[in-house]
Amino acid sequence: MDLILSAVDVLARWDVMLALLVGAVGGVAIGAIPGVGPAVAIAILLPATFSMDPIVGLTLLLGIYGSSMYGGSIPAILINTPGTAVNALTTYDGFPMTLRGEGRRALSLAYSASFLGGIFSVVCLIFLSPVLAKIAPMFGSREIFLAALLGLVLVVVAHKGQMAIAAALAGFGILVGTVGLEPAAYTRRYTFGQSWLAGGFDLIVVVLGLFALSQAFLLLTMDDEKIRLPRSRGSLFQGFRELAKHPRVAGIAASFGVVMGMIPGVGEFTAQFMSYTTARRLSKNPRAFGHGSSEGLIASEAANNAVPAAAMIPLLALGIPGEALTAMMLSVFYVHNVVPGPGLFQNDMDFVVALYIALLVLNLIVVGFLLVSTGWLVHLTRIPNRFLGMCILLLSFVGVYSIRNSAMDCIIAAVFGLLGFILKRLNMPIVPIILGMVLGGIMEVKLRASLARVKTPLDFIDRPIAFLLFCVILIIIGSTIWRVRKEWQPVDRRTLQKKASNTFSKRISGRSHRHFENRKKQQRRRRFYDHVGS
Amino acid sequence: MDNSELLKVKTKTSGQVVFVVAGLVLSLLLLSQIGTQTEWSERARNIGSQPRLWPAIALAVMVAGFAIHYWLMRQRRPNALDWVETRRWSEPLEYLVWFLIYVAAVPRLGFMPMSILFACALTYRLGYRHKAALAIAAGFAIAMVVLFKGLLGVNIPGGQIYELLPDSVRTFFLVYL
Repeated sequence: MDLILSAVDVLARWDVMLALLVGAVGGVAIGAIPGVGPAVAIAILLPATFSMDPIVGLTLLLGIYGSSMYGGSIPAILINTPGTAVNALTTYDGFPMTLRGEGRRALSLAYSASFLGGIFSVVCLIFLSPVLAKIAPMFGSREIFLAALLGLVLVVVAHKGQMAIAAALAGFGILVGTVGLEPAAYTRRYTFGQSWLAGGFDLIVVVLGLFALSQAFLLLTMDDEKIRLPRSRGSLFQGFRELAKHPRVAGIAASFGVVMGMIPGVGEFTAQFMSYTTARRLSKNPRAFGHGSSEGLIASEAANNAVPAAAMIPLLALGIPGEALTAMMLSVFYVHNVVPGPGLFQNDMDFVVALYIALLVLNLIVVGFLLVSTGWLVHLTRIPNRFLGMCILLLSFVGVYSIRNSAMDCIIAAVFGLLGFILKRLNMPIVPIILGMVLGGIMEVKLRASLARVKTPLDFIDRPIAFLLFCVILIIIGSTIWRVRKEWQPVDRRTLQKKASNTFSKRISGRSHRHFENRKKQQRRRRFYDHVGS
Repeated sequence: MDNSELLKVKTKTSGQVVFVVAGLVLSLLLLSQIGTQTEWSERARNIGSQPRLWPAIALAVMVAGFAIHYWLMRQRRPNALDWVETRRWSEPLEYLVWFLIYVAAVPRLGFMPMSILFACALTYRLGYRHKAALAIAAGFAIAMVVLFKGLLGVNIPGGQIYELLPDSVRTFFLVYL
């Protein structure tokens, strides 16, 4: 009880409350604009939070992170365009409902499911805290090294169909993180004699380039779309009543969100896909999924909103970010000398609980705000793409230049922006670069520290958690190799024309074969009749 | 439609081979420089303390990743569509130049004047040429400067041009605009 009171004391400040309110409202608005997304907003705001108190800065960023998915459901449901990438599945059932004139019902269902997911996740986090506080101190250097390695392995494995390129990009991220002066022996790595490379690449500059500038470039080179907002009927409160009729779907979806959020490198995508497919399997009416099913909408929205709070678990308990947004938040902790990890739970538990309570309050503010403001929020979807690109370009400058007033940082960010633009055009993942950069740095420090304390390689895994993590890594790598081998099909490198010609000749040969077979049968039959006739 | 099918992301085909080959060549080039660009420390107590270890791991993963992706590709030689896509990658270069001009001009001409000028000029260039669009762009630039520099106090230096202003307003411009 004392802990909760001291946490409330941390939060009961006008600047924290203002940050929470601005984060919640700003996050919803950002989510409602397709093409911006929380990553861009957090990347731009990150340097501005450095001058704030850690709790104020983190509350602001958490507010944006936790509320953007609520806002992202608005364009997903009304105009079939997900506001944030994780609202992709919301379009499956939300838009068909809008086409039936049930847009407000769909929005209401999305808000209520998101609210349930968010609250469920925070409650789980609160109940898990005592367990985490006990387990976290058991993580030494080698355990944190293995957990970071697990995160990196999971990031690669999670990109099905793109695993090789995700691994290459994670490697690129690790390499980018190693450039500059090496912290132990102070030798230079890949600086090519350039003084501006000696300090290495700043994580925030890279993040701003890869997320914000690349998005600005993408929007500036796009065409504007004409958006028509459909009319819809119904009350924004009816979804809350309807959600009560599907407790099983909502519960399963929120649980998927919590579990997937806790696992580094997995995140919202996997959570909502798993919950959606499970909900369809368990549903009495699976055929309705993808055609405006309320269960489908609940499954995807409850799952993706349960992730943000759960994603804070590996970050706060072990100092390991599970995805790009928590990786950005890690830099806020470091800037303020608050080191997330086992020590945080032992020394600053009130700070951790304050963050949980902030997340709880955030969900209440967001739902209240959405219920009164949906009417005008929908108009944000009308902002033209290229005008939005211009705005992001201006804001990116503020983000990059305010770090250390360096024009070189802006050039580096622009180059990474170009790389991000190419990756986005090719539909290749950006997150492995960021996680490679962050986790690579953690792994280097922890491996150096842990190898100094072991005599034989087997000593590295002689503690139970280290052994468990090592086994999990082996199982994941082993099962992935086994699955890839099982699904392996030789690559067909023939051109489309060659393939079409082969298929045609096969079809013809089959037909000629059948044709001759039929002729032979007819002849045999005739002979038979001839014989009978004679 | 099972989970694996839903989770599978399809990489865009055109342009892919150019990117992967460029990535592979760059990785091999960087790997060939590992002897000169990193050091092998004789004083290192264990392999974890070797400055060369992590660049080596990173480059090995990059080479392996790009090589495996290239080996698995259906089409390994770039065709006309690949070159069309590659040309599209140069489209943002124009906006990159705009951005760098803005970066160079802000410390000289000031954050507020340059932001208004940049926002209006780029909006005009993008084809939104009516007065309302230009007014919204200018309004956005002013709001951004007031929010970030005036209220949040982000670290953006005052323009050199502000030195020409009279003493009574110079400090205000340097600190807030």
